[in-house]
Amino acid sequence: MIVAHGEVLTHKKYGEAYHSLTIVAPEIGASIQPGQFVNIRCGKDRSHILRRPFSVYRVHKRGGWASTIEIVFDVRGPGSEYLSQLRSHAIIDLIGPLGRGFQMPKRRAHCLLIGGGIGATPIFFLADELRNEGHRVDVILGARTVGLLLNPIEVRRVASVSVTTTDDGSAGEQGLVTDVLPETMERCGTEVIYACGPHPMLAAVSRVAVEHKVPVQVAVEELMACGYGVCMTCVMPLRRKKKRDETPEDAIVYARSCTEGPVFNGAHVIWNGAAEPVGDEESELSLEHAPPGN
Amino acid sequence: MAVDLSTTLGTLELKSPVLVASGTFGAGREGAAFVDLSKLGGIIVKSMTLVPWKGKPTPRMCETPSGMLNAIGIQNKGVDHFLSDDLPWLVKKKATVVASIAGNTVDEFVKVADKLRTGGRGIAAVEVNISCPNLEDRNNMFAHSTEATAAVVGGVKAALKRIPIFPKLSPNVTSLTDIAGAAIEAGADGLALINTVFGMAIDTETRRPKLAGTTGGLSGPAIRPVAVRAVHDVHRAFPHVPLIGQGGISTGTDALELILAGASAVAVGTANFVDPRISLQVTSEIAAYMERHGVESISELVGGVKLEG
Repeated sequence: MIVAHGEVLTHKKYGEAYHSLTIVAPEIGASIQPGQFVNIRCGKDRSHILRRPFSVYRVHKRGGWASTIEIVFDVRGPGSEYLSQLRSHAIIDLIGPLGRGFQMPKRRAHCLLIGGGIGATPIFFLADELRNEGHRVDVILGARTVGLLLNPIEVRRVASVSVTTTDDGSAGEQGLVTDVLPETMERCGTEVIYACGPHPMLAAVSRVAVEHKVPVQVAVEELMACGYGVCMTCVMPLRRKKKRDETPEDAIVYARSCTEGPVFNGAHVIWNGAAEPVGDEESELSLEHAPPGN
Repeated sequence: MAVDLSTTLGTLELKSPVLVASGTFGAGREGAAFVDLSKLGGIIVKSMTLVPWKGKPTPRMCETPSGMLNAIGIQNKGVDHFLSDDLPWLVKKKATVVASIAGNTVDEFVKVADKLRTGGRGIAAVEVNISCPNLEDRNNMFAHSTEATAAVVGGVKAALKRIPIFPKLSPNVTSLTDIAGAAIEAGADGLALINTVFGMAIDTETRRPKLAGTTGGLSGPAIRPVAVRAVHDVHRAFPHVPLIGQGGISTGTDALELILAGASAVAVGTANFVDPRISLQVTSEIAAYMERHGVESISELVGGVKLEG
């Protein structure tokens, strides 16, 4: 975790909606893991002071430029607007790697990666790493409409089985990723699910995963001020394992997405104001996180 | 020329005038990856309460022009955790520790203060965060009433005895000097000025408040003029009471504004979120200013704003 200056190598677009910046950042690129993120200062303008967090789409550790990281984003406000204007050689102030990324299976496994809209960003980096370690990778890619699917051609390249859904039926199956989830799991023999996207999607995926007793790791994207654990704004409510002498209420905690996440056990998260997590305490996973330590 | 960055606030001696503000640096562990904590004037840790507080639901934050709004609800693990885990670690790191305490009743404040005095080795000073809802007075903030301010400050001072206390005042009051006077009368050794400014933001698409807590505290460069004015007024009214100035500092110049207004030390807050190393940058910019202006000691600058001529 360092504050670094990176240089923009290339700026390109994926489809109409998404911008991509490849940034030369050797120290960050060398150590970042799938699911971790970088926090970028979007200009020196003091009217928008906070950094913006971005998950990493791909990392290239070799090549003439030392390590590069690639971020993908859509323009949502002044921060991303600023970044969308950057061209080669622009200097970016970034902090990273931040957060705890996805945990890799401890044995060879069939992994199903699910990405919704721009939330699909980290599954590409994850797919690369999983394949490097010999795991099987299948992907469900979903979006509201065809133009918001993130790089579906690349998905077909990295996935053994790839399924696409759009809400409006403009590409792939019409419907939500969860509509095709049970049959895809069955077809692929899924043993672990990794998902990133909007909360309703993550909640629905977690529910299906728990029903099928399949471990589910979700990466959330929360508003955050600092990104390194001090501001307490990016918290997610979740139920951790109850200690002795604790009430069930005591075991519900607000965990920081930036340091304890952004990857959480989807079965333990309390989604969207629900009273309970979708899984019970026994949704204890072989892929449970390692204890925090940094 | 060698400049002397040390500063004195009553019995509290700091080797640098730049601290990090409560709630913006945790208890130092996260920031230690970026800065040598012993180089800071001090760490004002996240406010602690008698029992752990979970804090408010999300969203807890939104960015606003030149600042941010937050409604976190003092999520913290409680005073016992601070004493057993954070304090020994901070002492080992040779950090100057300013504990910050909060509560919903006078009794809660006093109990936390008691625990700090009996259980805490290495606490240089205590910030009293009286910008909490007072459960005994229809949830009005302690810092908005002279009586409630005096009750908390008097109770905490009696509990802490020799450890200097700095009540942190809210700028959202009609007469800040009245509240400051009440705090001083009740035993405050100095004051911390200012806490966040009340604010609210609305998402016009959903027509809902942007914060789950509806209203929140505004911080960042947007509030610096409010802080400068507050420090100036209180310093003019009580020139011998040491002040820790805070509110929107992110450069040496920002810090110097507050010092010239009357602060003997400053705390960097929201800017830590943007750059965890910023407080040391602010420190070196103050040193450069002193060198450039031939100033040997911070004390020459405190309250040095020229109002006439």
